[in-house]
Amino acid sequence: MRTAGKLIVISPLVVIPAFLAKKTSATGYVWQIDPFKCTQCGQCKTNCVLTPSASKCMHAFRMCGYCDLCGGYLRQGVKTISTGAENQLCPTGAITRKFVEEPYFEYTIDEKICDGCAKCVKGCSDFGNGSLHMQIRHDRCVNCNECSIARTCPSNAISRIPASIAYLPKDKR
Amino acid sequence: MTGQVIKFGFVHETINALMKKALPYIIFVLLLFWHIVLFSQDRFPRPEFESGHAYPTNQMPMQRAPGWEYFDVVVLTGALIMTTWLALKKRSRQGLIWMSVFSLAYFGFYRQGCICAVGSVQNVSLALFNTGYSIPLSALFFFIIPLLFALAYGRVFCAGVCPLGAIQELTGFSPVKLPKAVEIILATVPFIYLGIAILFASTNSQFIICRYDPFIGIFRLDAPYTMIIFGALLLLAGIFVNRPYCRFLCPYGVLLNVFSRFAGKHLTITPAECTNCRLCEEACPYDAIIPSDTDQQREEPTASRKRFILYFFLVPLFAIAGAFLLYNLAPSLSGANSTVRLAREIRTEKKTGIESELKTVVAFKESGKTESALFNEEEIILRRFRNASPLAGTFLGISFGIGMISLTIRTRRSEYKPHQGKCYSCGRCFKYCPIKAKA
Repeated sequence: MRTAGKLIVISPLVVIPAFLAKKTSATGYVWQIDPFKCTQCGQCKTNCVLTPSASKCMHAFRMCGYCDLCGGYLRQGVKTISTGAENQLCPTGAITRKFVEEPYFEYTIDEKICDGCAKCVKGCSDFGNGSLHMQIRHDRCVNCNECSIARTCPSNAISRIPASIAYLPKDKR
Repeated sequence: MTGQVIKFGFVHETINALMKKALPYIIFVLLLFWHIVLFSQDRFPRPEFESGHAYPTNQMPMQRAPGWEYFDVVVLTGALIMTTWLALKKRSRQGLIWMSVFSLAYFGFYRQGCICAVGSVQNVSLALFNTGYSIPLSALFFFIIPLLFALAYGRVFCAGVCPLGAIQELTGFSPVKLPKAVEIILATVPFIYLGIAILFASTNSQFIICRYDPFIGIFRLDAPYTMIIFGALLLLAGIFVNRPYCRFLCPYGVLLNVFSRFAGKHLTITPAECTNCRLCEEACPYDAIIPSDTDQQREEPTASRKRFILYFFLVPLFAIAGAFLLYNLAPSLSGANSTVRLAREIRTEKKTGIESELKTVVAFKESGKTESALFNEEEIILRRFRNASPLAGTFLGISFGIGMISLTIRTRRSEYKPHQGKCYSCGRCFKYCPIKAKA
């Protein structure tokens, strides 16, 4: 009786892997933001289970215009156009502005300070080339079974991608 | 003929003159269009550096190497073997406590509680019913291996390997027994949790086991305050009502319960023979020790036989009732899916005329996706819920019926044994038994 029960009960443990034989991957998945779907809503910072968030801004230098008046560095509606902290979009001061040659400036994100608020991303995509974009950093991401940011992303921009790809930067296309 | 030639010549001349005059304007308009096309690609043209400045590269650190996931599977199997030996062969409660500490440290705090066997149920459901997802092999192993051990040796996974069980086991100081009725009613919750979790995971809506995992906030040492409060309250309650998550919430426990009942070699209270000394009666905080018949009054078998037959025939009725109930609940349950919620929000917006302020609606409008496409998707998802909910309801009905039947069954027992479905193989009862093992 017991062996009969054992056989009945063990059958799903055989059947399920058989069904999944073709749908099993050796490599895992990681979560990543599709920067072309992202609407820069700011939830990447608040909804990650980690504090600070595992998602940070990344700069696609090849798409950048290297402008003096950067839409992602400086906020709109300033009284005097200067690079003072009151005029910068980034609340943590994570964007460094470096002069390259006339009239070009290079903007780099200091990842240790960036908290993923996406304010610079919004400014850049509204008023610039859109070279600043959000990406989930895999040295910080704990790879939850269901990403809390993905669950609440308004544009469904976050999905599982194979771990071998891991990143979807804007300038890889 | 001449007139025609003259006419043609006149037309030809005017066209020539017009062309000469209009040509610059034509070229200007073409240039404008050309410039606009260029403009739409980049608002600001990309620089050509004269100084030879090179573009900096971005660091893109990868996840931990995939081999480590298989290492986790090896650690899982090793821990299961060790726990089995400690519980069944060595019979050491102290050893099982150390095993719990190890599992809490490794699977809990080091791996931060993810991936766990409890949540793997959802990955299996997602992979079985969705084409876009292939389950990672390590997740499949995490699902199957504890069940295989349960089939052979009982719930050794719960004893010393599951990090959630470990943290509850290590904080259960003063056990208090619950009234039987309360325990039976609360024991139905894991079945409902399992049914709903598989329903939501297979329709690609949500992973509710992960979302409402009470202890993962403690494992990560980082969580929204609601999760911390839930986990802390559960642990506080667990000081008295031991293993609250295991007994009254764990969905994987339903599967372990079923598999463990067929175990050939299960943990025993006594190392040799039971002499019915009754010293272990109050040993189990989880009320998993089934006493023997020697002192108890047994009721007339005819009444319980009648009840058994009644409940046996009621099982299909329960199944149908469950299927019917969940089928009608399908629209509400489908609200767990974000696409369905968005479609309903858009529909409400159109009906009331009040613009929605939700970020999802704003993002949807910006995306350029048509409303009819969205409503089509919603229709498909609702149909999936309509198909799947009756199955969940049938499962719940049958489980309920079988539970009722088991309340009417009473086997003849000549010794004290643990309930093979409920016993967590934790070994608390070992020290109560005075029998020494045969030398």
